[in-house]
Amino acid sequence: MKAFTYERATSPAAAAAAVAARPGAKFIAGGTNLLDLMKLEIEAPVHLVDVNTLSLDKIEPTDSGGLRIGALVRNTDLAADPRVRRDYGVLTRAIVAGASGQLRNKATTAGNLLQRTRCPYFYDTNQPCNKRKPGSGCAAIGGYSRQLGIIGTSDACIATYPGDMAVAMRVLDATVETVQPSGATRRIPITDFHRLWGDTPHIDTNLQPGELITAVTLPKPVGGTHIYHKVRDRASYAYALVSVAAIVQRDGSGHVAIGGIAPKPWRVEAAEAALPQGAKAVTPRLLAGARPTKDNSFKVPLVERTLAAVLAQAKDAA
Amino acid sequence: MSQNEITMSRRGVIAGGAVGVAASALPAEAQTPPLDQRAAPPTMPVTLKVNGSTHRLDLDTRTTLLDALREHWKLTGTKKGCDHGQCGACTVLVDGRRINSCLSLAVMHDGDSITTIEGLGKPDDLHPMQAAFIKHDGYQCGYCTPGQICSAVAVLDEIKRGVPSHVQADIATAPAVTEMEIRERMSGNICRCGAYSNIIEAMRDVAGAKA
Repeated sequence: MKAFTYERATSPAAAAAAVAARPGAKFIAGGTNLLDLMKLEIEAPVHLVDVNTLSLDKIEPTDSGGLRIGALVRNTDLAADPRVRRDYGVLTRAIVAGASGQLRNKATTAGNLLQRTRCPYFYDTNQPCNKRKPGSGCAAIGGYSRQLGIIGTSDACIATYPGDMAVAMRVLDATVETVQPSGATRRIPITDFHRLWGDTPHIDTNLQPGELITAVTLPKPVGGTHIYHKVRDRASYAYALVSVAAIVQRDGSGHVAIGGIAPKPWRVEAAEAALPQGAKAVTPRLLAGARPTKDNSFKVPLVERTLAAVLAQAKDAA
Repeated sequence: MSQNEITMSRRGVIAGGAVGVAASALPAEAQTPPLDQRAAPPTMPVTLKVNGSTHRLDLDTRTTLLDALREHWKLTGTKKGCDHGQCGACTVLVDGRRINSCLSLAVMHDGDSITTIEGLGKPDDLHPMQAAFIKHDGYQCGYCTPGQICSAVAVLDEIKRGVPSHVQADIATAPAVTEMEIRERMSGNICRCGAYSNIIEAMRDVAGAKA
């Protein structure tokens, strides 16, 4: 690990200003992803601003009947919150489908959104990787790509966003609240938060340098049956090959987002109109333009079958 | 100039100002002027309460909680397995909650109360979970055992507190101490010897004795 200086944040705006003022500075909260990457020197911040000191660890009702989740609410606490379990079950389900108990105790809501890809070539510092070292090439394209993306990828990068929580946030139409180094605040719809890789795969999100996530808000509950179905190589503690977050109403209408296949939680609102007709009707529109590799072309039928299983489960529950 | 040359600290230090000039042509994300890695590394004072006694040390900011416990407090019961949060051998309790001590910086725990395997019980006064692991032969080589036991103690507490899990059929209900629940909740602790079935027996024994 490279040496770094360290300070504890005194306020969200001061933390944002401190990171913006120092090239190579980063925030640290749970640290479960950042420290892993720092040990491998994939990340090498020269200065860390510890935001754990900030009072951003509450879950509170909003004026519009939703919930505001503080950036520092730990994954365990978010999943266990009675309001989340009752009104936003897909979120609890997604969180407990990810990582391990130890990691969920430490990992934060904001940090979970910011976790970086688990592409094996991103982690292998002997390999070219446009995400780790811009312009160096992509070893995943033409390499072993079973886990990697099938849609929204580019000629520069086929990595996926690896998380579960954000897939549920996407189907719930969450909004990310931030503070900028100037002290100004901003609200970013979750759909605009993560980027498609394009030719700048080293930039994961649309946050500006120094911009700090302060909360994630959820709109008023929409009812329905909440399901998170994760398909993976082990029964526990493994990244998704494909995951489906769904909210399905009694009449068969609903919302659905897919994890494990793209640079961001993948949702196509226009495809959702076909949900009452079943997975076969939805999937072609959901995955229009997909460019799977030889290794991961199985994910296309896997999305359809996982979605079919979810819709069947929703029908049983209704 | 390539990104590679910018991020290589030694080269950057030797090249001096020339690097700074060239770096301005790069996108902002690529500009990470390194600290002088030859200088003495930054340190910070940290106060931890470990197994009931308070200690203060000046630590290199890079020191993980795991290394602080093992190398500075000389509490070597907590083990380093993968050092990347994948195996669970480093599990300790921080303010009663289990975490991977390898994926946390010691400086992030100033004022926190840490319990390691040494603090759960003593050889002549074992914690019930330690006694149950012995009774049920919940280990073979023993390397993962301190982490397994710390995790096991926390898992029973999490179930008691109603923390939901992936294997619950209904997340609105309170979880129970079943084999499925234990398997799921202990999935962050890997045992290469494969003592899992006996670990489950030990945990069920402790949970039953408490009930």
